Amino acid sequence: MDYISLFVKSIFIDNMIFAYFLGMCSYLAVSKNVKTATGLGIAVIFVLLITLPINYLLNEFVFKPGALSWAGEKFASLDLSFLSFIVFIAVIAAITQIVEMVVEKFAPELYSSLGIFLPLIAVNCAILGGSLFMQERDFVNLGEATVYSLGSGIGWFLAIVTLAAIREKLSYSNVPAPLRGLGITFITVGLMAISFMTFMGIQL
Amino acid sequence: MKDVNYKELLLKPIFKGNPVTVLVLGICSSLAVTVQMKGALVMALSVTVVTGLSSLVVSMMRNSIPNRIRIIVQLVVVSLMVILVDQFLKAYSYSISKTLSVYVGLIITNCIVMGRIEAFALGNRPIPSLVDGLANGAGYGLILVIVSFVRELLGSGTLFGMRIIPQSFYDAGYMNNGLIILPPMALILLGCIVWVQRSLQKDLQEK
Repeated sequence: MDYISLFVKSIFIDNMIFAYFLGMCSYLAVSKNVKTATGLGIAVIFVLLITLPINYLLNEFVFKPGALSWAGEKFASLDLSFLSFIVFIAVIAAITQIVEMVVEKFAPELYSSLGIFLPLIAVNCAILGGSLFMQERDFVNLGEATVYSLGSGIGWFLAIVTLAAIREKLSYSNVPAPLRGLGITFITVGLMAISFMTFMGIQL
Repeated sequence: MKDVNYKELLLKPIFKGNPVTVLVLGICSSLAVTVQMKGALVMALSVTVVTGLSSLVVSMMRNSIPNRIRIIVQLVVVSLMVILVDQFLKAYSYSISKTLSVYVGLIITNCIVMGRIEAFALGNRPIPSLVDGLANGAGYGLILVIVSFVRELLGSGTLFGMRIIPQSFYDAGYMNNGLIILPPMALILLGCIVWVQRSLQKDLQEK
């Protein structure tokens, strides 16, 4: 598949939030103002961009049925795919830890603005979801997996920043008391998702 | 050792402290699998099993887990449980496991599981932790079943794959609501559930 169309597709049509609801927990919790939302969004792009290609390589050369054939005849018939969950999540947790330390060392400013969000990303469904979708879709090469990870990260970023902007405005409006906070946020996200569905008709 | 009130432990997560509508945990998977009741029910059961068992195991190990690496240990325990559930589903109901696709794997990062371990299992004895995990899974399942009930009934006129709305309705011009099958409607329905719950329980309302 063409890289550009895959990129656009993963941002708009297969948007992590609006089409698959991945990473909803932190999406709802951290979208109260634009500044922190931007920080978390950038962190998600970052981690997704690093973990997904690594998991792709692992999947390609270790877990897929017959993937171990490079190690010799004996291993050619092995199917280790049941191990992939545990290894993917371990890779994600380890990478977030490393990214956290690297960012702290070389970009302390970025680190202090991201704050607690970096470690929290390890349990963000969007990251693991990206890896699992990668496994399901059988990307042909590393390039596609990387483009997909960048696209879905940007899609997530876009979604959280727009929601934060809407919620900032929403705090000035008169919402019925039981609906305030969580309820109206759900409905807002639902309406945003409906508007994102217009992209579904586009064939790429 | 303090006494544990099992009744409250069991009932609180289902209504008053529901993990989905009150604590806002585990929304990710709760929406995508609710198009049909069958999938939703299987998902609810899987989450209940995973939450219960992981809470039990972590609670048994709680005194020997070093605090600094506890997240990794918890993730390993949870993913082990999820692998078990996933293999079980693949073996006994392959078609459902296909429809749930990645969402079974995503139970690992379902915040309910980690949240209950962090908040409860790390500080309590195994049996109460097990009950707490199961009850939270049930609270999650309740929301899942409500949402999928509405979506399947209005969206395809069936429940558990059986036709509920009689053919004569369709002949008279009734049509299935295609919009409600689309993912956004799950969010809006969930918003409505929160609305109903908060108008019944005034103390949950936000300022």
